[in-house]
Amino acid sequence: MQQLIDLLYFVVFVAVTYSVGTIVERSHYRKIEAEEKDYLNLPAVSSKEIENKDQIIAAEMVSGSVVISLDYFKRILAGLRKILGGRIKSYETLLDRGRREAILRMKKQARQIGADLILNMRFETSAIGQVTQRKNSIGCFEVLAYGTAVKLRK
Amino acid sequence: MITTNIDSVPGKRIAEHFGIVQGSTVRARHVGADFVAGLKNVVGGELKGYTLLLERARKEALERMIAQAQQLGANAIINVRFATAAITQGAAELMTYGTAVRVE
Repeated sequence: MQQLIDLLYFVVFVAVTYSVGTIVERSHYRKIEAEEKDYLNLPAVSSKEIENKDQIIAAEMVSGSVVISLDYFKRILAGLRKILGGRIKSYETLLDRGRREAILRMKKQARQIGADLILNMRFETSAIGQVTQRKNSIGCFEVLAYGTAVKLRK
Repeated sequence: MITTNIDSVPGKRIAEHFGIVQGSTVRARHVGADFVAGLKNVVGGELKGYTLLLERARKEALERMIAQAQQLGANAIINVRFATAAITQGAAELMTYGTAVRVE
């Protein structure tokens, strides 16, 4: 009987984390998509130089970062996936969200200084707080995006 | 101090190179932030406490690098890069490096 109750608790816990996690993810995607449209006039490129180089009048480094983690249910799912191998979709969307959010934060900083373009944008991803062979470790990622914001002569 | 992560400072000529400058800081996680992060970790999403912590640490690393460049008499740092390494359990090293130059 006791085991049954424990199991029930576990199922409810997983269900709650799954639904909350899904809601969080969806609303995050909606927010990202809306903001990306807003920043279309401030592109970030990964090349170091542009053709009209002499138009640049000022340059400054900008960066944006985000630490993001998976919900409990998806982490279990990913753990199961690791046995069989193959795509771990939940981590893919997690990293995608993180990267896009980091770009948006970088662009926000660039807009504040009145930049027109971001050159040589780079990503840096690191798994922080991940401890192997420990179940309750905090598995989260930090994504950093940085580049040189430049102002162009109009 | 001008910092860029491209090979030059646009609109300026590089007059002198001073070589690599770097700044780094090692940060441990805060117990309070850790607790909140642990809770937040259950439902997923952004861990704001950690984002802030790392942002501040990175800023400090940048400031240290800039201080080193100033000592050399540079007025700009080009080709700046960031690197992060988890060194021990719960601590991370944030490092930034670049080439100190004098531009005219």
